[in-house]
Amino acid sequence: MFELLPGNFARAVLGQSATPEIVENFNRRAGLDRPFFERFGVWLWGVVQGDFGISYSSLTASSTGDQDRTVASMILPRLENTLFLAAAVAIVAVPLSLGLGLLAALYRGSIFDRVVNAATLTSISFPEFFIGYILMLFFAVQLPWFYATSMIESTTTFWDHLERIGLPLICLVLVIVAHMMRMTRAAIINLLASPFIEMARLKGMPPSRVIWHHALPNAWAPIATVVGLNLAYLVVGVVVVEVVFAYPGIGRLMVDAVVSRDVPVVQGCAIIFAAVYVLLNLSADIIGIVTNPRLLHPR
Amino acid sequence: MSDQTEPFSAGPAEEIMLAARRSRGKFATAMYELGKAPLTAKFGLLMIVLYILLAVFAPWIAPYGEAEVVSPKVYAAWSDEFVFGTDQIGRDFFSRMIYGARNSVSIAFITTVLAFVLGAAVGVLSACVGGWIDQGLGRFVDTLMAIPGLIFTLVLLTIFGTDLITLILVIGIFDATRVYRLSRAVALNIVVMDFVEAARLQGERLPWIMGREVLPNILPPLAAEFGLRFCFVFLTIAALSFLGLGIQPPLADWGSMVRESSTLIGYGDITPLLPAAAIALLTVSVNFVVDWFLHKTSGLRDV
Repeated sequence: MFELLPGNFARAVLGQSATPEIVENFNRRAGLDRPFFERFGVWLWGVVQGDFGISYSSLTASSTGDQDRTVASMILPRLENTLFLAAAVAIVAVPLSLGLGLLAALYRGSIFDRVVNAATLTSISFPEFFIGYILMLFFAVQLPWFYATSMIESTTTFWDHLERIGLPLICLVLVIVAHMMRMTRAAIINLLASPFIEMARLKGMPPSRVIWHHALPNAWAPIATVVGLNLAYLVVGVVVVEVVFAYPGIGRLMVDAVVSRDVPVVQGCAIIFAAVYVLLNLSADIIGIVTNPRLLHPR
Repeated sequence: MSDQTEPFSAGPAEEIMLAARRSRGKFATAMYELGKAPLTAKFGLLMIVLYILLAVFAPWIAPYGEAEVVSPKVYAAWSDEFVFGTDQIGRDFFSRMIYGARNSVSIAFITTVLAFVLGAAVGVLSACVGGWIDQGLGRFVDTLMAIPGLIFTLVLLTIFGTDLITLILVIGIFDATRVYRLSRAVALNIVVMDFVEAARLQGERLPWIMGREVLPNILPPLAAEFGLRFCFVFLTIAALSFLGLGIQPPLADWGSMVRESSTLIGYGDITPLLPAAAIALLTVSVNFVVDWFLHKTSGLRDV
């Protein structure tokens, strides 16, 4: 779908000095000499079977097929690293932001609420790389507590891995918690304003019972939406943070591929990002429906 | 919410109209409102004015030229001659910061304006016309919005290359989808009102209804959204430039300046943080002002 391209790709990838023979060979091997719909069909058929094609960068090296690097072989180890980071961030960030959001909503207008609000508003306005470099300056350079860059090799053990992603983890948690907490707070405030909560309060129910038995069962759907949205945001935020901390994840792979205009790799990464994004949103919707049977019967 | 302070309860549409009337008040009213504004909003406004002045008068303020190599020494330390030192090829960092205000802010501004003109026009049109045009546009926008923004932009930049016009078009069109959603939703409330019906019966043409009947009534939420969208676009472009895919050298830009000088962090030098801080300060300021504005023109968003 992304191969219906203007401009000469062979030129962009091979450089200006490439001879016409090399360009022609590249086009033939990359399949660029065939019509668009055929290429798209072949590509799509490959993707369903787990074959994302061959990286352009390896096509430039040789004209035979023995040194080809498939996109899948480039993406897989990187994807593992990214998922590791994302999972670690989610484990820290989700409970933290839900707790903070709930507290801020319950004690709305208090000092705590205002401080947390101002702090998160500021943190949202900061670009990710600003937070990243500040963390790096203070906690890696001035106080050598963490690794400044996150080199991961195949020999890295689990705990070592965890230790090395310390700074990217904190950076992403700061960004995500800010968003998630604000949205949780808004969702809970919205919920607490509904008539059935007022009814429960007017009946003289203790506040804890109102929260646990009336508010919470109805809060799962909005909370799931909030978490889903923010984890989807995490998928995108991870690109910048991986570049800042030189973490070998799929985001950095994609950026490098965009710079060298390696279309098959960009396609592969984009497909994976989009799939994760859609899956997260889908599961949020499913959780919303499962916890609230009323949604099963749309009016 | 304004419901608590006003003696009569106003519906959303009336509230928007009230807000519209308020925001079009005389200069004195504006100054009075400004005087009552919270400290954060005043600070934000002051900062925004400062950035605009910097951007407009950059050539007169900056001690050296934008792409002028002024020192044989790369990454020179801070000194009287070069306030923030020099960059990787010996250009004055301070001067490039000031020119950066001009490039980064104006490019983000142009992109946001593009997104708004496109998004609002199509959104209002789709609300006024309805029918299959509305449906078709809606599904198209849904498809675009299902793709994460940065990923979408990265893919398109691979295909079309990373020049400035492409960047502005890609981000502008992508952001127009969000503006479309908002303006269509707000305009739908206005389209059903009697005066629009009256205008229709008078035989007014579609452009008149869109521009003179509907648009003035949806301006306040759109204005607030403009601020938020600007922040978002500004941060996206900064992130792309930081990744080396946004504004290209020799144009000075804060995102790419962070990237080019980022090795200095390893030596405990805070120079790379300065452009990043400049980005952050502007977005915080705009957010403060938008917050206040939203508070003034009815509680569109209580977050």
